[in-house]
Amino acid sequence: MGNSVGLIDRLKENLGGKKTRGAALAVLFAVVAILPLFANNYIEEVMTNTFFYIVLALGLNIVIGYAGLVDLGYAAFFAVGAYTTGIFMKMGVDFWFTIPISIVFCIIAGIIIGGPTLRLRSDYLAIVTLGFGEITRIVARNLKITGGASGLVGIERPTIFGHKLYQITDFYYTFFVLVILAIIIAMRLHNSRLGRAWQYIREDEDAAEAMGIDPVKTKLYAYMIGAAFGGVAGAFFAVKMTAISPETFAFTQSAMILLAVILGGMGKIPGAILGAVFLVFFPEIFREIGQMRMLVFGILLVIIMVFRPQGLWPQRKS
Amino acid sequence: MSILEVKKLTLRFGGLTAVSNLSFAVEENSIMSLIGPNGAGKTSAFNCLTGFYKGSEGEILFKGQSIFKQKPHKITKQGMARTFQNLRLFKDMTVLENVMSGMHSRTSAGVFGAILRMPSQIHEEQKIRQVSEECLEFVGILDKKDRLARNLAYGDQRRVEWARALATQPQLLLLDEPAAGLNQDEKEQLVSLIRRIRDDLGITVLLIEHDMGLVMKVSEKIVVIDYGQKIAEGTATEVKNNPKVIEAYLGKEDEE
Amino acid sequence: MSLFYIVIQQLVNGLILGSFYSLVALGYSMVYGIIKLLNFAHGDIYMVGAFVGFGALGIFGSILGVGWLGITVALLISMFLVGLLGMLVHRIAYQPLLNKRAPRMSLLITAVGVSFTLFNGVMVMTNGEYKAFSTSLGYEGISLGPVNITYTQIIMVVSTAILMLVLYWFINRTMYGKAMRAIALDQDACRLMGINVTKTISLTFFVGSALAAAAGVMAGVYYGSIHFYMGFIIGLKAFTAAVIGGIGSIPGAMLGGLILGLLETAGTQLPFVGSAWKDVFTFGILILLLVSKPTGILGKSEIERM
Ligand SMILES: Nc1ncnc2c1ncn2[C@@H]1O[C@H](COP(=O)(O)OP(=O)(O)OP(=O)(O)O)[C@@H](O)[C@H]1O
Ligand SMILES: [Mg+2]
Repeated sequence: MGNSVGLIDRLKENLGGKKTRGAALAVLFAVVAILPLFANNYIEEVMTNTFFYIVLALGLNIVIGYAGLVDLGYAAFFAVGAYTTGIFMKMGVDFWFTIPISIVFCIIAGIIIGGPTLRLRSDYLAIVTLGFGEITRIVARNLKITGGASGLVGIERPTIFGHKLYQITDFYYTFFVLVILAIIIAMRLHNSRLGRAWQYIREDEDAAEAMGIDPVKTKLYAYMIGAAFGGVAGAFFAVKMTAISPETFAFTQSAMILLAVILGGMGKIPGAILGAVFLVFFPEIFREIGQMRMLVFGILLVIIMVFRPQGLWPQRKS
Repeated sequence: MSILEVKKLTLRFGGLTAVSNLSFAVEENSIMSLIGPNGAGKTSAFNCLTGFYKGSEGEILFKGQSIFKQKPHKITKQGMARTFQNLRLFKDMTVLENVMSGMHSRTSAGVFGAILRMPSQIHEEQKIRQVSEECLEFVGILDKKDRLARNLAYGDQRRVEWARALATQPQLLLLDEPAAGLNQDEKEQLVSLIRRIRDDLGITVLLIEHDMGLVMKVSEKIVVIDYGQKIAEGTATEVKNNPKVIEAYLGKEDEE
Repeated sequence: MSLFYIVIQQLVNGLILGSFYSLVALGYSMVYGIIKLLNFAHGDIYMVGAFVGFGALGIFGSILGVGWLGITVALLISMFLVGLLGMLVHRIAYQPLLNKRAPRMSLLITAVGVSFTLFNGVMVMTNGEYKAFSTSLGYEGISLGPVNITYTQIIMVVSTAILMLVLYWFINRTMYGKAMRAIALDQDACRLMGINVTKTISLTFFVGSALAAAAGVMAGVYYGSIHFYMGFIIGLKAFTAAVIGGIGSIPGAMLGGLILGLLETAGTQLPFVGSAWKDVFTFGILILLLVSKPTGILGKSEIERM
């Protein structure tokens, strides 16, 4: 492990210059943009899945990396988004209109959970979010409107400019656009008054409060924005899969997104991306490990926290 | 007119009474000191004033308005700033970023401002930067603005704390042992800085300090507490000659 | 059945459930009290306890039978081994972070990793199947009208009480217990006084994990089947119990577990709640409690030192 870390560090050093980094990014962007021209369905599917986890990881990164709040039920927001879109589309609402509804519902859920708990010690939030994740799943399994244990099936495909999103390539590009939007939003938030406030609170909550920052309100913003990211991802997930079931949103899902954020490095956008890539690629590359995958993820989480809590992506130097 | 009035303030931790029936007032545009032996309850009193501890009884008026048991960030917004006895910098952020935190309560950009990068927000960011740089200039470490706070010498870290507090644009500044850990040279500079804060910026200063020389030099009024209670109040000479103070405080000075 | 008997029946059910919650809640509270860590993996320790007990009963059951003797031996073996597992987890995963004085968030995430490892580990080993915990305990007991309280139920509650009394004695009367309480108050001072802090924390993990293992084995015996997922919900519930009683407080954990057990069985009887919604109900209690009285019944509110 020490070796691979050293490698990334060295790579970063070599690519350190702003120009080289810009060029590398442009090449990466171009490759990803034209990939569907060469790749087969399987690769497109894996990439789309990766894009999807990148959006989720970037969203959770705002909560955990920027604001320093441990959310163990992040899949719940993704569930709320997916179900909201699914249910409203079944009622005949156009997909694109369900997105703002999903966002609003997720933000409300975020306020219900975060409002009371964010005043308390941060570890209480962890357990409450865990409970919330579990409860969301139970509720989805027991309500009629969510389709009970079998979930919702036959969700319509969305159309954009008269073109029905249908093939995997369509979703590849849809999710690619989502990723780019998510990166821009995450970056802008990070470099803003609000982004700094999160960092102040994370570093020293008392000092931040002495500087006139309202910790509860500031954390709640992080929580709400994270929820909104999850909601949007969920909405698109629903129409890509056309079917959703409660078990998709179990604790395991939340833990995997958490792993993506921790692995890459909390608070770092490239880190979250790297983490999501790993999360999807690893089981694809090592197919034979099958069920052991989750076990490996758990062990990895412990190893990272003990040996390299700042994650694999190197730190910004100053 | 007094900018701050503390009336019969009491703070208990379980069985321990850290602040007991404490009353004093701070005149607008003055420099005042709160002194007393270790564990006398000075920092606890500061924490009550700034809302970090919720006092058990009493009343605190800031600019005539009650701030008793209010949240710290609201008190800061009303114009009271503080520094901490043990440095509480944002260690992994740059000096400038540290100081920019002070402007938070004087600005308003939110989620949409950040995402959409609206002109008003860009303008606000420039303002934050400019004020913060002025504060750094004022305390004399503008040249170190891009260094990480943790990499600064101790004396400079203290300055970051002062600059950060100044950036909240306060009317009353509370300094908790600002001279602790500073060398003689730095202490001299601190004396002139405190005076400049009052004279040039018009900010009232209330400080806690163990360095008697410094206290006597800058303070126009001194309040002495021991075991949470006020035992004396007055000018430097009055306090110096008060037998109670000599017994409680100056008698112990050589131990420290 | 008349209301009276329903109440008695539910009281018994609640007491049993509450016993399990209390035993698990104790581990949460002890660890929280001493190092302020929400040991997220604690529910999984309980689950592992059930499986170790299951394995031990499989081995020794053929010699000692699967009656009370075999079960007791399995329980003690499980308590011991799982206690060691708790110590191991502490040494490998938590102590390195404590040494570095890592932020609490890092510890919490590590605990999530441990939890994930344990439960997926058991899942892989058991293929995710339910295991039948077969014993020869019958349904004889004392009849109170239409209510039948089995000897098994009585023995469970009595064993829990005994374990708690032993714990109480251990914490309050032995050197180790005193060291634990001292460390909870001021770790650095303890270090100066020559108390071996790391060892004492380790011991706390042993005791907490052993209690959870006992609960796991008893739950296996009582419900008759075990599953790798069984620790997840009970972890959440036991945490709730610990919060109800006042986290960090040992009598609080005992009390909180019983209260939650009783509340939950009572809740199941309410119209609109029912068994499908009972977890939602418990969770609702947790949220309400955190909002209204986060220090719990026996917890002390203290002003955090700046
Ligand atoms: N949060 C707290 N909980 C319990 N006791 C506290 C707390 N904060 C302070 N104390 C106690 O209150 C008393 C006063 O402490 P305080 O820090 O106010 O003294 P001080 O005058 O600032 O001393 P020093 O000159 O050493 O800084 C001390 O006995 C201290 O141990
Ligand atoms: Mg002090």
